[in-house]
Amino acid sequence: MLSSAPSEAVPAVDLPERFLRWFEARGWAPRPHQLDLLARAQAGRSTLLIAPTGAGKTLAGFLPSLVELAGRRNAPPGLHTLYISPLKALAVDVARNLERPAAEMGLPIRIETRTGDTPASRRQRQRRDPPDILLTTPEQIALLLASADAPHLFGGLRRIVLDELHALAGAKRGDLLALGLARLRRLAPQVQTVGLSATVADPATLRRWLVAQPGDGELRMGDLVVAPPGAPPDISMLDSAERLPWAGHTARHALAAIYARIAGQTTTLVFVNTRMQAELLFQELWKINELNLPIALHHGSLDVSQRRRVEAAMAEGRLKAVVCTSSLDLGIDWGNVDLVINVGAPKGSSRLMQRIGRANHRLDEPSRAVLVPANRFEVLECRAALEAVAAGAQDARVERAGALDVLAQHVLGMACAGPFAAEDLYREVIAAEPYAALTKEDFDAVLAFVATGGYALRAYERFARIRRTKDGRWRVANPQVAQQYRLNVGTIVESSMLKVRLVRAGQGPRARFGGKVLGEVEEYFVETMSPGDTFVFAGEVLEYRAIVEEEVHVSRTAATDPKVPSYAGGKFPLSTYLAAGVRAMLASPERWDSLPSQVAEWLGMQRLRSRLPGREDLLVETFPRAGRHYLVCYPFEGRLAHQTLGMLLTRRLERARLRPLGFVCNDYALVVYGLSDISLAVVQGRLDLAALFDADMLGDDLDAWLAESALMKRTFRQCAVIAGLIERRFPGREKNSRQVTMSSDLVYDVLRSHEPDHVLLRAAWADAATGLLDIRRLSDMLARIRGRIDHVPLDRVSPLAVPAMLEIGRESVSGEAADALLAETEAELVREAMDAGR
Amino acid sequence: MLADECGEVDDEAERCGETDIVALAGAGLALDPAGAVWWAAERALIVADLHLEKGSAFAARGVMLPPYDSLATLALLARLVERWQPRTLVALGDSLHDRGAGARLGPREREALAALGRGRELVWIAGNHDPDPAPQLGGTHLPELRLGPLVLRHEPGAVPEAGAGELAGHFHPVARLVRRGRGIRRRCFAGDARRLVLPALGAYAGGLNIRDPALAALFPGDYTAYVTGAARTYRIAHHACVPDRR
Repeated sequence: MLSSAPSEAVPAVDLPERFLRWFEARGWAPRPHQLDLLARAQAGRSTLLIAPTGAGKTLAGFLPSLVELAGRRNAPPGLHTLYISPLKALAVDVARNLERPAAEMGLPIRIETRTGDTPASRRQRQRRDPPDILLTTPEQIALLLASADAPHLFGGLRRIVLDELHALAGAKRGDLLALGLARLRRLAPQVQTVGLSATVADPATLRRWLVAQPGDGELRMGDLVVAPPGAPPDISMLDSAERLPWAGHTARHALAAIYARIAGQTTTLVFVNTRMQAELLFQELWKINELNLPIALHHGSLDVSQRRRVEAAMAEGRLKAVVCTSSLDLGIDWGNVDLVINVGAPKGSSRLMQRIGRANHRLDEPSRAVLVPANRFEVLECRAALEAVAAGAQDARVERAGALDVLAQHVLGMACAGPFAAEDLYREVIAAEPYAALTKEDFDAVLAFVATGGYALRAYERFARIRRTKDGRWRVANPQVAQQYRLNVGTIVESSMLKVRLVRAGQGPRARFGGKVLGEVEEYFVETMSPGDTFVFAGEVLEYRAIVEEEVHVSRTAATDPKVPSYAGGKFPLSTYLAAGVRAMLASPERWDSLPSQVAEWLGMQRLRSRLPGREDLLVETFPRAGRHYLVCYPFEGRLAHQTLGMLLTRRLERARLRPLGFVCNDYALVVYGLSDISLAVVQGRLDLAALFDADMLGDDLDAWLAESALMKRTFRQCAVIAGLIERRFPGREKNSRQVTMSSDLVYDVLRSHEPDHVLLRAAWADAATGLLDIRRLSDMLARIRGRIDHVPLDRVSPLAVPAMLEIGRESVSGEAADALLAETEAELVREAMDAGR
Repeated sequence: MLADECGEVDDEAERCGETDIVALAGAGLALDPAGAVWWAAERALIVADLHLEKGSAFAARGVMLPPYDSLATLALLARLVERWQPRTLVALGDSLHDRGAGARLGPREREALAALGRGRELVWIAGNHDPDPAPQLGGTHLPELRLGPLVLRHEPGAVPEAGAGELAGHFHPVARLVRRGRGIRRRCFAGDARRLVLPALGAYAGGLNIRDPALAALFPGDYTAYVTGAARTYRIAHHACVPDRR
């Protein structure tokens, strides 16, 4: 199918009689975009529908299938329509919503769901005797496709509905789905697709998803239907008379105002950015909850059953408010939500719009939302976000190619389905949008990896998982390979989570059946705690006791002030688009009128004492304070990129013998501190700032740091698990873990020093560049500021530096070598021992 | 740190550098931060738990780990030998990951092993992973070795008679420390006045926390973790280390 402009004329469509009657009986009329989509489907076109919430998007997506199935006579039974959603819960909910019109119209249609929760017996039966419409998730599609009966199951497929496509595309789960779609098109060449999406900055990518790419450099697109937008949102920033905090994310100053809003509405969703913020805000709200309002908590680390209970209570309208993270960005429509409060900075305009859309699902009434900045910089960010929403501006997506680790998983799955010729599978894979530019060399490297690990030292030929037979086709070497594949399907690597179990204080470390499971935390968070440390989780302050097998044992504590300050679960960096908005506002004092007076005053002081960061240049301040020397710069590139920059700058300053001690950062600024006078070094010509910030830091310095970077190792681990190099860890298989599971860190070290170009290291590198290390953004920034460094030596801290300076002591100090910490521990123990003797 | 404990050779002091020396039953043992013991009086270099060919053992069951672990481990051994110039090299068992490992050693690995044995005696103590002598390793195979006041064996056993000490492996000790919001996990030696358990040297060898009951049971009283750093080891009392799981 060739691309077509959205405005291209489509033939008029007549809705069958019983559909018309059904609409009439409900007092509805089919919406133009629903009919438009139907007409395009009947003309054989695949189409992307962009529509706001409440616009009847789901019905639009299914209408072509329902009409076709209603009119079918003597058609062979079999799977007709596949619906794929990022959330299991959504698939189940949509199935329910679909069954009603089907039943009311008396359509002879079987609708079923298939998720990880579906009983094995039903899953078996679904393969033998599939329903007309199957609602499922990307992982289930991968599993179904990796079996020999896939051609039988999918051969007659007519339509695929992809829900919330914007949430899947551009991530590894999307890569897996795109590869599955490519296989489905091959099994069912007649199949058409319908993509359903919220508004995105660049619909072209999603339109390319819907059709097979020809693989010759030309790009093909599905049709586009854009529903009229709903009423513009009614969105404001909370104006607080309280003193605005300089730093922090708790928004304690606005607590009473938030509570008052919750009390005044039917149901409010209170969004925050991290699980920690959710925990803290939830606690604080209950402290002042004099009306005993039913306020609940929801985030990704809480126990699933607890989350389901909250969702059910929400659906029944029993809750007044839910404090939540991005765990509720997507999900089932709750008609009763009439206000969204976003606490903290929105971080991106697209995410903010998605969240605002969770309030009010009636198209003709505005969604209502309030932004609550938690500190001064966040005021600027909220202001920029308000302007972005008013302009309907979406964040641009980061361009990325399909991940090679996901491709490796898929290639093994395809071998499990049946023998394949490498060239055929390559052609199939490059028809998938994320892999359209994949070279044959990379494909071959992935294939070699799947077979024997793909190492230059070809030591494992005799252990190959897939082998080439005499006819040149690849097939699995033995049935265990298929079993391994099934255990490893999916791109969500959850194994670094540990269950948190409540035990009673005083119970020994072996008391494991005592208390209930509160949820899960990241293993790396627990690694930073010692027994006795306190932290907030599941709405209460807990004391960390021990890790027993794969569980974190905690007990309740009387402490009210948690010792461990934060964990970053779900922290998003500031988007490039909003960052530009903040920079523009800083550089335009004439616009400060629209800001709270405290903030305008603060910026005015900065102009007086130092300088304002320009739109395009990089402001660098250096000053002494309390015996230390500071370098503060303001890249506004988000904390991930700043963290990488901090690591690299510290290395370089160390080499220049300027004795750096550490650094801290936030989304806006980076502070490096040390023992040598940096201002003086610049004046004396011993330090050239242009050289310090030169992009060549992304060469050797980055390389040296990556050898030991915990973030890089974590990224590698994810790739290794997805690609099937490291086995997933399963509860119950941990007992003999020392012998059975392999530390991915050890594998990383060995691979990196012996085969640095290995395909899996390249996959990890690609992830890190846009993920935890955000190297691509750092590299763009370094290029932008080249020759535009604005250095201001000061005799004291500047007003703008204060928020970032306050992070010192609050966050764990980065950049210090582990050896320094070991030496410190040793020295402290020696001191203790010596003092005790006196 | 007394450099002259290191030995009689002139440049010994320089070689020892910051190397920590521990006394075990009267023997002065230098702890190389790479995870080896240098016993100057015997001109013996002692290592533990090489687990050669662990990578290929995984590959045999479909997990294609990079096949460079044996080479990496042998290269580290070669650097240690270059540094200390031992007369005897003792490996305290589990030198091979499994019974089939010897046969899976590739030509480059065999060459590296041969080079290690040139001009010195190789002693392979039996371990639970490699109870039988493997001809591919060359050298001498022993169930355990008595050298001066020390017994060298794979699994720590009954503490030897008064005045004697034990050097052992098997447990792969690692120490975990938490400091300023950061967790550090490193291989370490674990020891008291009678016994020293060496860290695993193998590139793919995992680790057991020194606070684990199985390791703690080896030491009746206080014991010390000698935590390996980049250029030296750090002495950390066992109670200052943080337990893991189990």
